[in-house]
Amino acid sequence: MGFWRNQLSGPTDPAADAAWDRHEPRKGFFTDTSICIGCKACEVACKEWNGVPEDGLDLLNQSYDNTGALGASTWRHVAFVEQTSDRIEQARESGRKLVSLGMPSVRSHDDAALAGGGGAATATLTPPGELLPGAAAGPGPTDTPVPDVRWLMASDVCKHCTHAACLDVCPTGALFRTEFGTVVVQDDVCNGCGYCVAACPFGVIERRSGQEGHEKGPQSHGISIKGSGGTGGTGATGNAGGGSHQNPPSHAETNGEVKNVGIAQKCTLCYDRLGAGQTPACAQACPTTSIKFGDLDEMRATARARVAQLHELGYSEARLYGVDENDGVGGTGSTFLLLDEPEVYGLPPDPRVTTADLPDMFRKAGYAGLTMLAMAAASFVGRRK
Amino acid sequence: MTTNPFDADRPPERPRRLGNAGGGRRGRGRRDESLMVPDVSFDSYYGRHIVKPAPWEKEVAAYLFLGGIAAGSALLGAGGAARGYPALQRAGRIGAVAGAALGGAALAKDLGKPSRALNMMRTVKLTSPMSVGSWILTAFGTFAGAALATELGRPMLERRSHPSRSGGAVALVSKALKLADGPATVGSAFFAPPLAAYTAVLLADTATPTWHESYRELPFVFVSSANLAASGLALVSVPTRENGPARKLAAVSALVELVAFERMQDQLGPTLSEPLRTGKAGRLLKASRALTIGGAVGAVALGGNRVTAALSGAALMAASVCTRFGVFEAGMVSAIDPKYTVEPQRERLEKRRAAGVVDDSITTAR
Repeated sequence: MGFWRNQLSGPTDPAADAAWDRHEPRKGFFTDTSICIGCKACEVACKEWNGVPEDGLDLLNQSYDNTGALGASTWRHVAFVEQTSDRIEQARESGRKLVSLGMPSVRSHDDAALAGGGGAATATLTPPGELLPGAAAGPGPTDTPVPDVRWLMASDVCKHCTHAACLDVCPTGALFRTEFGTVVVQDDVCNGCGYCVAACPFGVIERRSGQEGHEKGPQSHGISIKGSGGTGGTGATGNAGGGSHQNPPSHAETNGEVKNVGIAQKCTLCYDRLGAGQTPACAQACPTTSIKFGDLDEMRATARARVAQLHELGYSEARLYGVDENDGVGGTGSTFLLLDEPEVYGLPPDPRVTTADLPDMFRKAGYAGLTMLAMAAASFVGRRK
Repeated sequence: MTTNPFDADRPPERPRRLGNAGGGRRGRGRRDESLMVPDVSFDSYYGRHIVKPAPWEKEVAAYLFLGGIAAGSALLGAGGAARGYPALQRAGRIGAVAGAALGGAALAKDLGKPSRALNMMRTVKLTSPMSVGSWILTAFGTFAGAALATELGRPMLERRSHPSRSGGAVALVSKALKLADGPATVGSAFFAPPLAAYTAVLLADTATPTWHESYRELPFVFVSSANLAASGLALVSVPTRENGPARKLAAVSALVELVAFERMQDQLGPTLSEPLRTGKAGRLLKASRALTIGGAVGAVALGGNRVTAALSGAALMAASVCTRFGVFEAGMVSAIDPKYTVEPQRERLEKRRAAGVVDDSITTAR
């Protein structure tokens, strides 16, 4: 019974549930958006390592975000949000509310003003006062004036949920749970049914569109930084001349090649690198350590320490996302520290894995099927004319 | 006020709401049931959708209809076989096979890699309604195909073997077909209700807000829509002396569908049912309602006349098409507008918090 209890919802160890006997610690990210500078090195590193094709070179009119959203060819996405003081005040207010929700151990903003010793523990990264890009100096909320403007930057990624809807609904078994507790698509198995796309509560996974072997998606404006000479002749020279791949990964095809068209794609948490004991490309490339990678337990502990530190310094708008394993997806493998409500960053405020309701859905469908049978049977009752 | 010549080239300034410079889009929360729950307002990231809409084209909506008409037809065919309606039996069996075959083809066409359609048979996965459905469709297709083979094969063989002696291979095949008839009919009838009902689970087991939240009633809407389509097909194709069951089925299915649909809208609440009431989906579903009522009344009152029976049948099939495309479209709308993702989630979160449940939120303060 124990094995079946939390198969569709609730806290559990997904790798063990997937019957891995070789037990690796569950891996995950902690993305601390308070120290993200929006450089997009993670986006670039991800594309380079994983051979992810270009997905449109458009200006989107969304601050400095011209990537748009996570998708088949965007496995890391840096969000940019510009806010004025009243929105910052709102964010602080909602953060304070969150703190006061039956969580007495976190100090309220009133007695956090001193902050001197509190922040010292992990203050190597960000001494008090320089904590937030755009945030004015000052140790506590009482004497920290709300800045006129701030810029939220956050690098979003696949959440590698404990209960991954994409994996559960995949009809071919193309999506699988790795020994690290992450979720990966096998692109030679996926037949592009698109069910995972609709099932993901975070809108991460997507079916790749465009034309095989051609670096130009339908959404591209045709601005190209590389010679669009196709794949045939330029393959070899493109790599050398363009110089874009110092170390082309072995599985990445020639520059400009689009593979896996029609197949669902998303972040693999660099499964290939994890297998070799390496850090995922995005975390490796992050210059501010905003993206941290490690054992999930450790990531969650780091996240909790960081948010406590920020609260003590008076940044009541800081909050964690995905750390609690009692949430609707059983906790996520990618955890975040946010500075406003999740929906401001394009994250769902209360996601729930759709398969949690699946037994009930099948039950209702069963009743409906019986109803259908009864309706048909009733139609044949009675004298034949 | 122009300060330099390039100002003229600026894009028109978009209206900016106070307190919302930047990405947030702030909508007004819908004030419905409880006043205890704080008013819900919602933000989004530049109005972008949070969940992604299913990358499904019209083929999938068409399959919802085709699978339904196949299932309903199989039931009518089986009933006809059991109760002695030869024309209804034949029409039902043909409808079942044609619907399943066309539906399967539509599904395969919609895949990102149609060449890998058979990967659906790679595994049996109970957590995936699409996997379960693939097996249901396969089993249904096999039985329905066998039933149709006996239907068409036996008379052909009997005609051919008539002048010759009763032995030989032809007679043997004929005998086998006769033996297979019963099990094939029962099998197709057995798999018909799952075939009609699973498509509702298929849609509901997604993060698409309007589909998921309608999971309690959607199967009832879909099975009655399947019955309606099948009875419509029978009314079109079967002579009046044998269309009694189809007329009855049309009446009872219309009733069930209308009730289930009303209930579904109520349960969804004002926000999530909005995509069902507005826009293209709203028009389709309104048309579906009118066609359902018109077709069912026509079938019951005027089903004795060959022409009016056929017209009513066509209306019922059209009603089923409208229902399927309407529900399909409404789901797409609900996925694309972030309002339908954020608002209900915020609402249920605030409701839980108001009730003192604070340990199950994805956003935490520590």
